[in-house]
Amino acid sequence: MVVQSITGTETEVDGASRLAARAVTVGYGSRSVIDGLDVAIPPGVITTIIGPNGCGKSTLLRTLSRLLKPTGGTVVLDGEDIAALRTRDVAKKLGLLPQAPVAPEGLTVSDLVARGRHPHQSWLRQWSSDDADVVRQALAMTGVSDLADRPVDSLSGGQRQRVWISMTLAQGTDLLLLDEPTTYLDLAHAVDVLDLVDDLHESGRTVVMVLHDLNLAARYSDNLVVMREGAILAQGHPRDVITAGLLHEAFGLRAKVIDDPVGDRPLIVPIGRTHVELDRSAPELVK
Amino acid sequence: MDMRADGTDAAVDVKADVRTSVVPGVRFGGLSFVWRPWIAGVTLLLAVAGFLVFCLSIGVGDFPIGLPRVLATILGRGEQVDEFVITDLRMPRALAGLVVGVALGVSGALTQSIARNPLASPDVLGITSGAGAVAVFLVTVSGGAATAVADSVGLSAAALAGGLGTGLLVYFMAWRRGIDGFRLILIGISVNAVMQAITTWLLVTADIRDVARAQAWLVGSLDNRSWGEVHVALWCTLVLLVVVTTVAFQFKPLHFGDEVAAGLGVRYGTVRAVLLLCAVLLAGVAVSAAGPVPFVALVAPQVAMRLARCPTPPLVASGLVGALLLTGSDLLARTALPVSLPVGVVTAAIGGPFLVYLLVRANRR
Amino acid sequence: MYGAMTTTEVERPAPTPRGPTEARRRRVAGLGLLAALLLVAAAASLAVGARALSPAEVWHGLFAAPESDQRLTEIRLIVQTVRVPRTVLAVVAGIALGVGGALIQGYTRNPIADTGLLGVNSGASFAVVSGIAAFGFTSPFQYVWFGFAGAAAAGAVVFGLSSIGRGAGNPLTLALAGQGVTVFLAAMTTAVALTDKASLNALRFWNAGSLTGVGFDVIWPVSAFIAAGLLLALTTLPSVNLLNLGDDVARGLGVNTALTRTVGIVAITLLAGAATAACGPIAFLGLMVAHVARYLTGPDYRWLVPYAGLLGAVVLLVCDIVGRLVVRPGELDAGVVVSLLGAPFFAVLVWRGKFKSA
Repeated sequence: MVVQSITGTETEVDGASRLAARAVTVGYGSRSVIDGLDVAIPPGVITTIIGPNGCGKSTLLRTLSRLLKPTGGTVVLDGEDIAALRTRDVAKKLGLLPQAPVAPEGLTVSDLVARGRHPHQSWLRQWSSDDADVVRQALAMTGVSDLADRPVDSLSGGQRQRVWISMTLAQGTDLLLLDEPTTYLDLAHAVDVLDLVDDLHESGRTVVMVLHDLNLAARYSDNLVVMREGAILAQGHPRDVITAGLLHEAFGLRAKVIDDPVGDRPLIVPIGRTHVELDRSAPELVK
Repeated sequence: MDMRADGTDAAVDVKADVRTSVVPGVRFGGLSFVWRPWIAGVTLLLAVAGFLVFCLSIGVGDFPIGLPRVLATILGRGEQVDEFVITDLRMPRALAGLVVGVALGVSGALTQSIARNPLASPDVLGITSGAGAVAVFLVTVSGGAATAVADSVGLSAAALAGGLGTGLLVYFMAWRRGIDGFRLILIGISVNAVMQAITTWLLVTADIRDVARAQAWLVGSLDNRSWGEVHVALWCTLVLLVVVTTVAFQFKPLHFGDEVAAGLGVRYGTVRAVLLLCAVLLAGVAVSAAGPVPFVALVAPQVAMRLARCPTPPLVASGLVGALLLTGSDLLARTALPVSLPVGVVTAAIGGPFLVYLLVRANRR
Repeated sequence: MYGAMTTTEVERPAPTPRGPTEARRRRVAGLGLLAALLLVAAAASLAVGARALSPAEVWHGLFAAPESDQRLTEIRLIVQTVRVPRTVLAVVAGIALGVGGALIQGYTRNPIADTGLLGVNSGASFAVVSGIAAFGFTSPFQYVWFGFAGAAAAGAVVFGLSSIGRGAGNPLTLALAGQGVTVFLAAMTTAVALTDKASLNALRFWNAGSLTGVGFDVIWPVSAFIAAGLLLALTTLPSVNLLNLGDDVARGLGVNTALTRTVGIVAITLLAGAATAACGPIAFLGLMVAHVARYLTGPDYRWLVPYAGLLGAVVLLVCDIVGRLVVRPGELDAGVVVSLLGAPFFAVLVWRGKFKSA
């Protein structure tokens, strides 16, 4: 099957992953956060990495995007060792949105999105008509066209996140890596942004995200990677992976997993010490 | 046109609004550049203003020469008597003011962009204090009574070496798996202090006549510049400017932080190191030609940024503002004050209150 | 500002787990040790110099009645008119700068705050030079008051600039504000000095931070100011501990933050201003000493400040003594020695990552 990206480049997707980590070890100094980890990112779907604080999910994402250099093992992009590729070439294939990115004060939306074309530009070719078209399309796709002239810092959190996603879109890559894109957003905006991410993957992109909110991860992902203490505990479709047993093992969370009443995914209902009536709703959990 | 993974046409979702304004471009053959009319206009105006002040500065002195005659002489069609005064006496000083101003302005713009802080300046990197220590050493220890041309060229070169050495020291001390703007500034401040302590001690042990000369150099002065010095400064600055403009294109994504820049394909470590080196070299050239003129490198990029309405310091405009500021200050120092003082005093008098303004503004938010 | 702003964190060594009374006893013992060290240093200061004196001679110099013996009179002269004032000044100024440095760090929650970085020194220089140029002062007693006023004014300006609104906790703003004000005043000072030869000469000696040439006619009033500053400082020490938890938390615990800050600024200005007025600019002493003190006592300012004071006196005395020894028979001024020691100390601290940016 051939998938066309926003800039018209075509890629052969045969079900094999384009991005994978092989026996990867990553650490700071003498401390290893991830040790000998293997993971393959399936193409064309949304993969979300979840796990408790400090499990290494951000570290894994940053290693996959080449921000961090593994001390052992390799990250493979399209069959080649990502460390051996030129930075610009990686940027043309892989788009990254880090946590809490900052833009200079007074920068307009269209300028910020335009910056996403950087890997395709050179000193002599700083703003071709292709660049302009792609930027216009990227703005339209995230629905921020009418904000094009506004300064980025005057926007709301949700709008700002859309603008940053627009920038990574302008990069024209088929692989999108998003590090906690919804953490600073209220629920309505978070859902909004994730709906947008889903639209983007519908047009053939591969998305890898790190999310904090388990329920949002369950609803929007096709492939969940659950991590704990630097290793992968489970991987698969949310319906297969999200069970009470796994939640307890990975997060130390007592929970009841039910069917999401408005969708077809699992919904996690946490159980604490107070304000729960187990006799009525979950007698099987009463000890 | 986008296609969904299952092959259906997604065109209906992605109607790009042709009225969406993106920045216009200027395109010619395979080349293309962004067109920002306001910035281009401001830059042009600054260049014209700079040239005017340059001519005025030449015209002023014991033997006043009107603007038309200055222009004629520059174009090579002036009278004999004007030629001598202008080309041998006035031009080196005025040209030095322009070149040093440009060097300081661009160096400041680079430093502020790298440190991501509008209050940073190359002085913080220890260059000026290092150059000062070496210069004072030369003046006070090797008998500064003679002021031959060879002597002053020697002083400049030595000051440059001192400044560069100190700058490199600061850089290496601040390097720790990459450069952090914050640490760079802190280390720069402490190295500055050591250099200043050395300078202070040298001044204490020196002869009083040398002290006056040393102090005047230390505050930044354009007096007695020779053509030799100006040529060196001019060519070094030009070469460095070429390097800066080619590399600066790679620097643009760095304003978004290292991670976004890496994601956009920028090798930020290398780019930043090269630009920092250029900033240090430009500041070093400036210091060797005019001594440590205060505040120009701090003020010029901020003024340029505000005039051009940019979110980040614009390189060319900063250089032009620096040239305007320095040459203008020199003009003031020679004419408006009852006693002739070094140009550094005027730039400090302007720069100090401006710094206060910047601080108040920065903190008010 | 464009781009990311950074914050800092000072790394503290993990507190050793011991009971509170045990810790208290340890600290009191430490304080006693420092006091003893101070006495030793003071004694050394009396004995050491271009002409070394034995302990017996020092004793004679201090307490013996005037005698007709030429040699003993000479010794008495050296001890009483040169060594004693110098030693007393070092102790007094050292305590003032040590306490001032510790306090500034406490009030600004800023690990690189130091009176030298606050523009206090350049303020004093400018005022002194202007005083000499305008009124022809020649003796320290005449221009010390100017110096004091200048130091206080500059310090207040820098402190105020970096405390407005959002910049209140930002160490970088303080450093850069201090740098800017210092450069500005330095240029103005040079402008004045270049037009008046007497002031140029006085300026270069003043800048070195010297403990010599100052008699008790200056030391007594300076000590009075410093004593006032110390008193003020002591009253606010418990509040400083709370301020370090953040303004909001402090207010919630009943601290009047505005009042505490104001009293603190006045205390710091008195201490730093008086010390600088008497000795000239001595940078980095407070910074160094405050960090060492924090390493010894932890972040409790009720102990940190006294330790810093005593350490400041010891360090300044030692630097003065070293200055007398290294270039015999000439002298290296105490201020220069302190900078040569303190700035690398500071640089090493930064290099070893004691100040992390977020």
